[in-house]
Amino acid sequence: MIITKQKDVETLVKNLSGRTVFLVGCSECATLCHTGGEGEVVSLKTVLESHDIVVSGWVVLDPACHLMNDKRMLKTYDQQVRSAEVILVLACGNGVQTVAELFPTKEVRAGTDTMFLGEISRTTEFDKRCIICGECLLDSFGGLCPLSRCPKLMLNGPCGGSVGGKCEVDSTMECVWDTIYQKAKQQGNLDQLAVLQPPKDWSKSLEMKRRL
Amino acid sequence: MGFRSTLEQVLAEGRFVVTAEIGPPKGADAEKIRQKATLLRGFAHAFNVTDNQTAVVRLSSLAASVILLQMKLEPVMQMTCRDRNRIALQSDVLGAAALGVRNMLCLTGDHQSFGNHPSARGVFDVDSIQLLHMIGDMRDRGVFQSGDKLRATRPEVFLGAAANPYADPLELQLMRLQKKIAAGAQFIQTQSVYNVEKFLCWMDAVRSLGLDKEVHILAGVTPLKSVKMAERMKFHVPGADVPDAVYQRMKSALNPKEEGYAIALETLRSLKKVSGVKGVHLTALFWEEIIPSLVKDVGLHPSL
Repeated sequence: MIITKQKDVETLVKNLSGRTVFLVGCSECATLCHTGGEGEVVSLKTVLESHDIVVSGWVVLDPACHLMNDKRMLKTYDQQVRSAEVILVLACGNGVQTVAELFPTKEVRAGTDTMFLGEISRTTEFDKRCIICGECLLDSFGGLCPLSRCPKLMLNGPCGGSVGGKCEVDSTMECVWDTIYQKAKQQGNLDQLAVLQPPKDWSKSLEMKRRL
Repeated sequence: MGFRSTLEQVLAEGRFVVTAEIGPPKGADAEKIRQKATLLRGFAHAFNVTDNQTAVVRLSSLAASVILLQMKLEPVMQMTCRDRNRIALQSDVLGAAALGVRNMLCLTGDHQSFGNHPSARGVFDVDSIQLLHMIGDMRDRGVFQSGDKLRATRPEVFLGAAANPYADPLELQLMRLQKKIAAGAQFIQTQSVYNVEKFLCWMDAVRSLGLDKEVHILAGVTPLKSVKMAERMKFHVPGADVPDAVYQRMKSALNPKEEGYAIALETLRSLKKVSGVKGVHLTALFWEEIIPSLVKDVGLHPSL
């Protein structure tokens, strides 16, 4: 899941003041994050209109990152999009760019900040789980990722700042190395943690395109 | 008026400047640097020390700069943004200034995939323009990038940046050059010139914007040592522009080394006459010994 956070409404209103806007949401991640589903799109529409911003229409794409799907879905909204000066997209950074690709002459703006790839722990709680590094190391750490869950990306055990299983950067956060350790111990896999992890091959994260 | 460095002074006095590049070795070998420096002493006003150029690990530019200072030569310490974040960069600026480095050249840096550690994680926390701005603020306002204040001595350095007259689109590249000047660049060293005609067009655009009055432009020259090098420059070095005519001259020459020398000499003679060009920057890759005669032949001997 791509976790997003809606941008500050005041800033959105300020940037759109006096303009006609078409709103775009996303049926997948942004819906589950409560940042760009139907509910959020409609409520933002109300807020914008209360600030005298004209909303020419809205749609929730299924999902926004699907170029061909977007093309098909947006056909029905052609007139509404055309009469708008700005398209505001409530989706992840990918969704914004896919929509922008479809309307090269329009101003397309991002309505959210994209945070991380993570888990929905509770309905309104999200935890970072992956930094899309291009070469998964989970098997070496009992399925827990120190790259996405340790601020220092430590691969050979916790740093000296970890106290009582909590992270030195944020004491409300678990030290992932404490979790890795507890799990390995319980499973009788402590030997695995004694393996010297070499520097990571970051060139694997440079792939800019993949075709099936 | 007090000048921060000899380079700044020579440029301010309107004398034609020569800078030459010294690439540090792939080992903890100070003698290698001293040898190159001894060879070039007296033939350039200042010496650029590269910072892990093409992303290949070498002796650090800060250490090599200090070795030059010990020889009473003036370094232009190059700094790239590839390997250090803003904390390390600012720390090195303070350290270098404390050790006597007075010229710095701010670059973004070649991507690590081109070097000898392609699996490295690139830093790129700031870019060359932000780096210029950051050092300029440390020097002129006494503040770090975060806004935190420096204690006591500020780094008194003369700041430079690079420009590529061959990069596209020209309009955007000129905007970048203007940004670099606004960010604090006081001198510019350009990509090596082989295509003189296109360089003249770029200079024309630079003059039209009045930028030659705001920054000292030093044109880059890299003598071609062999046909292989001409090929590499023409087909593989990103941003370089070797025209077919130059390439053909190298290919058909009986003695490519002599031809490369002749081309460099002609290029330098043309560049000397260009309005707005305040000097030349010589990069003789693995051919440093050629620089003294080149400088003499073109009549640019700094001690003259």
